[in-house]
Amino acid sequence: MNDVANSLNKNDTFPKLLLHHAKVNPTSAAYRQKHLGIWQTLTWAEAAARVELMALGLHSLGLKPNDKVAIVGQNTTSLYLSFSAVQAIGAIPVPLYPDSSATEMSDILKEAEIKGAICQDQEQVDKIESLTSEVKSIEFIVYEELRGMRQYDHKHLQSIETLSQIGKDFKSKDPKSFASLVDQGKGSDLAIIIYTPGTTGTPKGVMLSHDGLQKSARLAADQDNISSKENILAYLPLAWIGDHFVSYAQHYVIGFTVNCPESPDTLFSDLKDIGPNYFMAPPRIFERLVTQTKNRIENASGIINSLYHYFMTLADRVGAKILEGQSVGLTDRFSYALGNLIIFGPIKNNLGFNHIKVAYTGGAPISDEVFSFYRKIGVNLKQIYTQTESSGYAFLQSNDSVLENSVGPAGPGVEVKIDNKGEIIYRSPGNFLGYYKNENATKKTLDKDGWIRSGDFGTINGAGHVRVIDRLIDTGKIASSLQFAPQNIENKLKDSPFIQDAIATGSGKDFVAAIIVVDAEATGNYLEKAGIGFSGYTELSQHEMVFDLIQNNIKTLNEELAKTQDLAGLQIKRFTILHKQLDPIDGELTQTGKLRRNQVSKRLKKLIEALHSNKNSIELPSTQDPGQSRTKSSMVLLKIRNARHTEDNGLGN
Amino acid sequence: MALSEQSIPEAILSVENITLSFGAVRAIRDVSFDIKKGEIRAIIGPNGAGKTSMLNVINGFYHPQQGQILFRGMVRKRMRPHEAAGGGIARTFQNVALFKGMSTLDNIMTGRNLKMNKWNVSLLAAMFYYGPTQKEEILHRQFVEKIISFLEIEAIRKTPVGRLPYGLQKRVELGRALAAEPDLLLLDEPMAGMNLEEKEDMCRFILDVNAEFGTTIALIEHDMGVVMDLSDRVVVLDHGEKIADGTPAEVKANQNVIDAYLGVAH
Repeated sequence: MNDVANSLNKNDTFPKLLLHHAKVNPTSAAYRQKHLGIWQTLTWAEAAARVELMALGLHSLGLKPNDKVAIVGQNTTSLYLSFSAVQAIGAIPVPLYPDSSATEMSDILKEAEIKGAICQDQEQVDKIESLTSEVKSIEFIVYEELRGMRQYDHKHLQSIETLSQIGKDFKSKDPKSFASLVDQGKGSDLAIIIYTPGTTGTPKGVMLSHDGLQKSARLAADQDNISSKENILAYLPLAWIGDHFVSYAQHYVIGFTVNCPESPDTLFSDLKDIGPNYFMAPPRIFERLVTQTKNRIENASGIINSLYHYFMTLADRVGAKILEGQSVGLTDRFSYALGNLIIFGPIKNNLGFNHIKVAYTGGAPISDEVFSFYRKIGVNLKQIYTQTESSGYAFLQSNDSVLENSVGPAGPGVEVKIDNKGEIIYRSPGNFLGYYKNENATKKTLDKDGWIRSGDFGTINGAGHVRVIDRLIDTGKIASSLQFAPQNIENKLKDSPFIQDAIATGSGKDFVAAIIVVDAEATGNYLEKAGIGFSGYTELSQHEMVFDLIQNNIKTLNEELAKTQDLAGLQIKRFTILHKQLDPIDGELTQTGKLRRNQVSKRLKKLIEALHSNKNSIELPSTQDPGQSRTKSSMVLLKIRNARHTEDNGLGN
Repeated sequence: MALSEQSIPEAILSVENITLSFGAVRAIRDVSFDIKKGEIRAIIGPNGAGKTSMLNVINGFYHPQQGQILFRGMVRKRMRPHEAAGGGIARTFQNVALFKGMSTLDNIMTGRNLKMNKWNVSLLAAMFYYGPTQKEEILHRQFVEKIISFLEIEAIRKTPVGRLPYGLQKRVELGRALAAEPDLLLLDEPMAGMNLEEKEDMCRFILDVNAEFGTTIALIEHDMGVVMDLSDRVVVLDHGEKIADGTPAEVKANQNVIDAYLGVAH
């Protein structure tokens, strides 16, 4: 570990780290990417050589220190390398979400005065090109994939190959220039601007330094003993701090191998191919894998089914304990080993999780059931609380302190406290430098002593475990006295495999109501088993049997809530099932899968009003945005049900 | 996209005075047109106009009673489909005709059949496998992988095609046709039964095939929007006869075409 620490002092920027690896481990694999069905390896030496040419190419195009360059596309080796190429000349990469529309991109491009863009493919080039008249600062666009690009006007446009050729010509005239450019970088320099997706309001550009990113990357890796031998799969959006932290910052600091999937669709088979040792995912991915597994087991033969349930019951009791190294009786240990051989092992293998040393879930809350499923079968899944403002983690669970309901204690080097309004505030080694061109927001979030306001409402228990309850801005009052945190209720709802998303409403109203989004696969299976056909999601979601099923789920939850004094008044009184799934493209979720409560409340205003009245149904347009649909949209009749059949007010005992 | 007629003088295929009958039924009557190198040519017409019959004549499945076909300037003798395929004509079918139990990869690999060295893949050589047969397989697998990447079907590489949704099956079928590296690609209703998104994808693939590989494409299509957007020139058949031939704009304005599609008052 000391080696790493020493090398960090000297190699205080990411391009310097890259050159360090190229010198020290030139032949170890830096990246792998599947191309034409075969995993192609790129060594550290090759990576550095490619970065050099790209950087010199950008330099020749006139890119200057502190210019901003947008990077947009899926996770490809070339795009990861372009981060270093941009940083090597002191310019600032600004990653964007590839599924953002041109309009969504335009505000960011304008604010950051983007000088150029590095795009993965034609789709992204088209978006950026359509903005060149609006965003005057754009001077060049570079693209990775040649496909479909032949007929474009190449005046301000070039492929990465052409760019590298320009760089090569430059190098032949001045062979030492790259090293001297890299030398000029300092650890305290701005390394990257990451725009937060913004569950509320407009995106803000978070400025992070090389120092901050490197420090937090090293501290977190050390806590988990992440070594240069690990393999990870890089598939999360480049523009999300979680990916930048693991697949870029930790990758450079530690020197492990980053594997890029063949295409976004092949994620799960690539996961199986690679069998990563270290894995981070938003809860959505973990939830999806559990639902899939459970469905397959349900459809498997009777023997497998009973074996599964037998061993899962055992795992319920001892699985997590064995993982945490607590003492467990010899018989149980033996049975668990047997279970591992015939049930848990094959499941892990199928999910690509059999080599996992550490897995993290972050970015959004995870349901207890999903979380404990993985720990039971021996996957060391832990929670991490990431904020862009902390360069990665703020709180994370260490191997010996995993508590289902919490995101863990303060991470290494982090201090945390709760202020008088209940807001979690912290100070971390990866503290951000401020919001780009937004002094006001910076002042509101970061105080002069370095404390960051997280915007989250939460508690800390005696052992220092932080529990996040909801966004502070979303918490409200029910019946004008009870504290109501919608996310808390929503997470409990999402424990059910049939519920994919939930929206709890009721702030400023008399009672809590819920809008449910059912899981298509699990619910579909349930209906099919009962021998009921359906033609699509809308029909599935509005089926009486599905309403009964969800009503039962809610009843169970209400009973659980009734047991706690603070929560008894938050029992769900009325609910409905939405006829469509929530979608980031419709602005209902952020690209990382978090609910955009403002947007959704606006869109579903009528439905929410109906929920809090005594109507039994409401008609909604089938597409939520009539302006966007090409044809006149049809209407859907949504049923609304009381959680209890009797006409009492549901507010309980 | 529209190429001016002067810039592509060479016709890759000319159909001259073709007449095709099945007993007393005359499916095609004295039809002539040509397909120029590098263009996208559409054949349209109402139901029963003889479009698919025309395609079957071009790829040698039907033999016309009268008329002749010139392929690359040579009069084509009675030719069987596999000879047409060997000569550089590949096609897809109106109803998907794939090997349902085989994977996407294997289906596309069958398209390479004519490109394989007969001796290297002979039964005897295959028994030894290592050496020439293995080399041959690697060569063709690489080509097929390029097509898979081009059509963005990496995720279904190993999936039996019978399990795929219709839109994807169509895409696999296009992949198999491309595997033969055709000079002329015949597409029989490539968008039939697709939803809007699938149609848009397919349009993009057809345009990309044309632009990237320079493949000449003749397609039959019902969706008028698609035809008008994609094709350089359109030939219109009705009751086995040619009623119009020209650019999409010309054809759209042609009175005979409007009558054939909307009907004439008697």
